[in-house]
Amino acid sequence: MPSSVYLCLSRAVFLVCFVNPLIMQGLSEDVNEIQDHHHHQQKENLTGLPIVTFRWHHVQTPYLVIIWVFVAGLAKLSVVELSHHVTSVFPESGLLIMLGFVLGGIVWGADMAQTFKLIPPTFFYYLLPQIILDASYFMPNKLFFSNLGAILIYAIFGTCWNAATVGLSLWGCYEAGVMGDLDIGLLQFLLFGSLIAAVDPVAVIAVFEEVHVNEVLFILVFGESLLNDGVTVVLYNVFDAFVSLGGPRIDAAEIFKGIFSFVVVAFGGSFLGIVFAILLSLLTRCTKHIQIIEAGFIFVVGYLSYLTAEMLSLSAILSITFCGICCQKYVNANMDEKSVTTVRHAMKLLANGSETMIFLFLGITAIDTEIWVWNTGFILLTLLFVFIYRIIGTFLFTWMLNKFRLVPIEVIDQVVMSYGGLRGAVAYGLAAMLDEDKIPEKNLMISTTLIVVYFTVILQGITMKPLVQWLKVKRAAHSDLKLIEKLNNRAFDHILAAVEDICGRIGDNWWTRGWNRFEENYISWLLMKSKARKNRDYLFNIFHKLNLEDAINYVSEGERQGSLAFSRSDEAANVDFKKQFGSEFADVMPNIMVDVSNYELGIEHFSVTSIVKDTIPSVSLDIHGQDRKNAMDDINAHHLLQQHLYRSRKNHRHKYSRSHFSINQNEDEVQEIFQRTMRSRLESFKSAKMGVNPAKKITKHHKKELMHKMSNGHTDSTGHLYEDEVDRAVGREAGAINSTFMRDMYTMGAGIENPVFLPDMDSPAHSPPWLMETEAVAPSQRAQRRLPWTPNRLRRLAPMRISTCSTDSFLMADVSLTLEEHDEQPQTDSEEMRPVFD
Amino acid sequence: MGSRASSLLREEDIDEIKKETGFSHSQITRLYSRFHSLDKGENGALSREDFQRIPELAINPLGDRIINAFFPEGEDQVNFRGFMRTLAHFRPVEDNEKNKDMISGEPLNSRTNKLHFAFQLYDLDRDDKISRDELLQVLRMMVGVNISDEQLGSIADRTIQEADTNGDMCISFSEFTKVLEKVDVEQKMSIRFLH
Repeated sequence: MPSSVYLCLSRAVFLVCFVNPLIMQGLSEDVNEIQDHHHHQQKENLTGLPIVTFRWHHVQTPYLVIIWVFVAGLAKLSVVELSHHVTSVFPESGLLIMLGFVLGGIVWGADMAQTFKLIPPTFFYYLLPQIILDASYFMPNKLFFSNLGAILIYAIFGTCWNAATVGLSLWGCYEAGVMGDLDIGLLQFLLFGSLIAAVDPVAVIAVFEEVHVNEVLFILVFGESLLNDGVTVVLYNVFDAFVSLGGPRIDAAEIFKGIFSFVVVAFGGSFLGIVFAILLSLLTRCTKHIQIIEAGFIFVVGYLSYLTAEMLSLSAILSITFCGICCQKYVNANMDEKSVTTVRHAMKLLANGSETMIFLFLGITAIDTEIWVWNTGFILLTLLFVFIYRIIGTFLFTWMLNKFRLVPIEVIDQVVMSYGGLRGAVAYGLAAMLDEDKIPEKNLMISTTLIVVYFTVILQGITMKPLVQWLKVKRAAHSDLKLIEKLNNRAFDHILAAVEDICGRIGDNWWTRGWNRFEENYISWLLMKSKARKNRDYLFNIFHKLNLEDAINYVSEGERQGSLAFSRSDEAANVDFKKQFGSEFADVMPNIMVDVSNYELGIEHFSVTSIVKDTIPSVSLDIHGQDRKNAMDDINAHHLLQQHLYRSRKNHRHKYSRSHFSINQNEDEVQEIFQRTMRSRLESFKSAKMGVNPAKKITKHHKKELMHKMSNGHTDSTGHLYEDEVDRAVGREAGAINSTFMRDMYTMGAGIENPVFLPDMDSPAHSPPWLMETEAVAPSQRAQRRLPWTPNRLRRLAPMRISTCSTDSFLMADVSLTLEEHDEQPQTDSEEMRPVFD
Repeated sequence: MGSRASSLLREEDIDEIKKETGFSHSQITRLYSRFHSLDKGENGALSREDFQRIPELAINPLGDRIINAFFPEGEDQVNFRGFMRTLAHFRPVEDNEKNKDMISGEPLNSRTNKLHFAFQLYDLDRDDKISRDELLQVLRMMVGVNISDEQLGSIADRTIQEADTNGDMCISFSEFTKVLEKVDVEQKMSIRFLH
């Protein structure tokens, strides 16, 4: 076999190309060579029937593509598997770029030219769409829309500001003669300014995800970078048009047209995306029988929205962004659960894959003598201006926003935001798209862009984490020294959150509420299957959760009584406690150590409290021992509190993850708190109804009881179970329906069958206690006011989706009662099931 | 709806509230429309149920305690004046107010009052002391169920020990203030009300 074929093959295996022949202009030479050989071969073989033939050119393109994909995968693998010392310092994106340098070096070494480059069409048509779709599809919607104003200001005005200031300053410096002799005019500088203004979502997410920032900061930077890509492309196109028009022919009318086209392109793109989102949602309503492929529609329609926008010269990025953001809710509800999972995984796979490729190729592209044009003044000044104007812009716009924001953006957040202005592949793609005829200094612009990208992604990426940590440490250093401070800080957060809610920070916003109602009534009705509307039901989920929780309780109960004790991991903390105290107290209190050994099978019963109580007040002879013990105790207590205190809304982490979807612990916390609140309200409601306790003491009483219950796995509350149903029964029989509540009920849409409610309500086993108690106790005023919540009406309620973001207080109030009902069922079951474990 | 609600509020009421709480005129009308929309009974006062209808409060671990803080002892209703008085605790301390404090006595949003609001959330029996029991209840509300009673008990003991200077195993308000003196309460207990 000819050696050149060998060479070519081995090079292909080694180097691998990415998409389509366009990348490989340099390869065409080789291709011709191969084809010659091939013809030659065929001629030789004509004498007999070939058993096998080597047909490289048949598969060349897809082969190279797939091999590059493979290499990218290996690159990602090797980067991730690197030792922690490296990965904790370098961001993944930076490492990939550096690996790209190496690979590029190998290609260059073999070819003496860069045969594989990231070229704009590949990037914009095959690599970028899925990343944007992924980011928007997993966008935490509520957070995004509640910060939409700020995001838009940063994305639109911030980008324009960056483009204009960078362009103008560079032009000023050029006029002042800092850059020597260059063939660039004002318009070209502005064009360059606009392309360099794109803060790259890929790079930003990659870095921000590793640095854990609070969710508002995250959504601001993330949303901004996502939208500003769209804005940058639009801006770029406008300036590109100006450049082709030429300086002298631009008058006021043209400038006005430019601004107008900016608006049309941006909003037209967004609107198109929404239209496609609606189409997609409608489509998924009727894919019940083709569940295997329904997941594919999301990608196809999303891509279609991108291409359509591109075809209409609207903003493709904004189009696919809004398509993803708007469809997620309905699509997820309409599709089968398995398809949703498929979509999620496929989305992450595609996005992660192309992200890896982009960074890798950003590195590979650099190893090319052709594109490098050095102009110290231009490059350094660009770096400086990009950095400085980002900071100035951020502070300027934040200062303006803070005048209107309820929760001002803190200075630290602003620093992180301005430092997070990473440039990425979009800037490079736009630079590579420049027309050499119109912009003679294209290569200088490309090399400058590449340097800015490397500088921001690698250097800023590396320093970001220490910066954030340093700022955080500085902030946290003076507080949280004592348990009580820690506790109170958290309490303050909760108090503030509650007061904000009471003041209606979100809730009083009439248009939010109006929109929610409109959305629930019409849009969901239009875009969602009725079955999906039901499944989405919040109550149902809570019911499910409660059941699950009880099941877990049974198991743990069984574990405790059986021999499976402490196989569960959350008892690890207790073990620590035991060890600490054991070693510290061994000499002081031998008798307790005996106890400890007795409790080997039930560590939960080991009473730390008793020890603490006994030792601390008493005078200890060994002062050092006391100190040391206190320190240990302290560490443990701090640790425990830190781990277990409920987080307030402010401290919740962001919900978007680049590479995986974490199960959000906050959701569980929220559920837990919600259930508790409801239980306690139920208790207080019951006591009030019975008229036994005066109002003030109820709280105290039921809280205690509640605590007790919690620790005992809700066993002893079964006695009161039926009391609440009494009211409902009365309500149902009397049919006394309060008009105030009726009004709201009717706005809620069609009823559905939810079997969940039925057995519990109609079970004849429950009737004796009802009858007994209804006659014995006359419901108090409060109880009577609640009568309207009868089971019939609950069923009508069910299709409503009630979530924490719902602003309709009526709904929630109703839910709370329904929930209580759900609450009871598992407990009843628990009574019946207990013997199994005993 | 907002305009209708605000028209129900008389100018002299607004002036009085302004004087008492330091809120601006527009803040008062805005909060009044919120008050009005919470008031489902439309009787000019909020009951506990009115507060409990706010969905977010159901997922706030201290939600019910905070609701209770709005109600004067032994009462089941709170009118707009009382509502505003409680909210005034959360008004940020403005620079020009720091001097005014000296003249017109303690405003509702002073550091002491902010702390006292927090203190009252613990102090259920209103004896001006946080007992171990009361602290335990709040702790239990604020931590997950994964933490055992024993652990919580030791945390409570530890916390009391930190604050307790006179050895009565309770935290009095002065002890509470003292132990939190390094905490930036002015900032942590303030929200920006819309103008």
